[in-house]
Amino acid sequence: MTGIDPRPEAITQRVVESISRDDLPLVDDRSRLRYVMNNLILHIHPSKVSKASLKFTYTWGLGGLAILLLTILVGTGIMLMFVYTPTPETAYTDMLRLQTEVNFGQLVRNLHHWSGNLLVIVVFLHLLRVFFTGGLRPPREFNWVLGVFLLLLVVGANFTGYLLPWDQLAYWAVTVGTSLLGYLPLIGEPLARLILGGSEVSGATLTNFYGLHVAIIPMLVFFAGSFHIWRVRKDSLSVPRNLPKRSDPTASSATVKAEKEQQEKVPTLPHLVSIEFVFALVVLALLVLWASWVNAPLEAAADPNHSPNPAKAAWYFMGLQELLLHFHPMFGAIVIPALAMVGLLVFPYLHFDSDSEGIWFRSLKGRRMAWVGAVTALVVTPLLVLLDEYVLDLPALMPSLPSVISNGWIPLGFVLLSLWLFYVLIKALFRANRDEARQSLFVVLVVSFVVLTVIGIAFRGEGMMLMLPWEVL
Amino acid sequence: MTQTVSSGDTPKGMSRREFLHLAWAVAGGAAALTTGALGLSFFAPRIVEGKFGSVFDLGAVDSFPLGSVTPITNGRFYLVRQQDGGFLALYHKCTHLGCAVPWNPEKGQFICPCHASAFESTGQVINPPAPRPLDRFPITLVEGQVKVDTGIRIERDRTSISDVVYP
Repeated sequence: MTGIDPRPEAITQRVVESISRDDLPLVDDRSRLRYVMNNLILHIHPSKVSKASLKFTYTWGLGGLAILLLTILVGTGIMLMFVYTPTPETAYTDMLRLQTEVNFGQLVRNLHHWSGNLLVIVVFLHLLRVFFTGGLRPPREFNWVLGVFLLLLVVGANFTGYLLPWDQLAYWAVTVGTSLLGYLPLIGEPLARLILGGSEVSGATLTNFYGLHVAIIPMLVFFAGSFHIWRVRKDSLSVPRNLPKRSDPTASSATVKAEKEQQEKVPTLPHLVSIEFVFALVVLALLVLWASWVNAPLEAAADPNHSPNPAKAAWYFMGLQELLLHFHPMFGAIVIPALAMVGLLVFPYLHFDSDSEGIWFRSLKGRRMAWVGAVTALVVTPLLVLLDEYVLDLPALMPSLPSVISNGWIPLGFVLLSLWLFYVLIKALFRANRDEARQSLFVVLVVSFVVLTVIGIAFRGEGMMLMLPWEVL
Repeated sequence: MTQTVSSGDTPKGMSRREFLHLAWAVAGGAAALTTGALGLSFFAPRIVEGKFGSVFDLGAVDSFPLGSVTPITNGRFYLVRQQDGGFLALYHKCTHLGCAVPWNPEKGQFICPCHASAFESTGQVINPPAPRPLDRFPITLVEGQVKVDTGIRIERDRTSISDVVYP
């Protein structure tokens, strides 16, 4: 019995000490640094961060926002698992019961639904932010690859979750989505059958999607996400920089001061953690407010014999769906997305011309070229859609050719040629370097994709005809 | 062989160590393959052909008027009776992206609500993006009774007069 203090308060203290190895409360920077290092959750941060990288308008808190949303999704998702059975007989009635009988059921569903949708937007914006501030440059190439993989997982999670309410929206969006797979050469048909668990969306599909949605995808997100965060920690945060000033002798002292600020490091606790905490709380409040007012959609129960008109895919697939209206399905669903994916994955491994990490849009010229790209895409993409819809009918012009060529290779060749021409012109006309020209091309592609998505959401009505937004809704 | 083992570094042949390395690697690969195959077959579809894989007995030939299109919802197909008396059984799934295609009696066409593909009553594509005619099921006429086997789905690149079954 020697050495053990039998007084009750001593026992409590021993329990507390056995949980946290640090002396609480934290009194100085030194103990805070150690605490960040030793704490299970906080240790995903370095114990010190550069003061400049804390600037909110540099990261917009998007990575942290994604983690917050994932946490909300796991919490609400687990709650929903207790009131939902994934069979065709019960799924839809469980949804109705959830919304009318379960206490706060509608709110929990809304939170889950809107967080999931918001997450798609947030990871996409995160990707853009990293791209435009050069955060994908060496040594962070592989973390960009992991990020792209996580983006795909997030879309996959949304897509599999989309089926679970088993309403008309769910049934037909998934029917269309899985039919896209069928155009994959050789393995497409068996793969679609494997995912569907048969030849059409059925109870087996619901079982498969449920398993993917609640177990497999979350597990992959957990591992890939941990890897992603770990790499951020190892590669250190990229630091924002201002545009290099023109050689102005009076500005030099300011530059030196700025350089010094760049190198200054501050303890993560409280400087970074307090920003994250406040931001998370504000977002959570806004999200709960939104979810209290706006209900997640639920249409009539799924009817395998009756497709609604129009039968649209989930909104994040609208850009793809719009492509499908203009290209042979093989190109709209497989070739073009595959090219985009390869482009995204290869990009960080290309040679970079200039040292521009941390500078928004690379340089002053880079900013102008980004505008040129954005305006070009905003003008040209709708024009091409209108042209193909009302004027040009390629398969009819070339009746002797199979539609894979007339409605696939030929328009794709035209688009790729135009993009290449744009790249060459940007370099020749504006004397942009490769970095700036590539970025401009990327802007063209992103803005085109967004434009196509908007057309799909707001300008496609009954029979997928082009119409004005107020006629669509 | 004993020489190879004792010398250990002969240019030809393999040392015991190398052989064991290889053997374990092969065993590991085989284990991965077996597990993979087991997993894949575990997740393989349990029902080979949806609920509608059976043969549908639709009754007497005469109960279907000339020039009619009758939806058989459980069988996921339309029974088409042409003006000349011939029968066709067309799968209701659009060949583009799998939406259920409704029959439009005013226009006399199947018009897909998803991407506006249109088909004639024979299944022939009138309006893309559908890449091929509607799939069909084989029909047998036994003693004046129409029977459709939904277990056999026939894909076709173009419609043909031989697709039609006459009583």
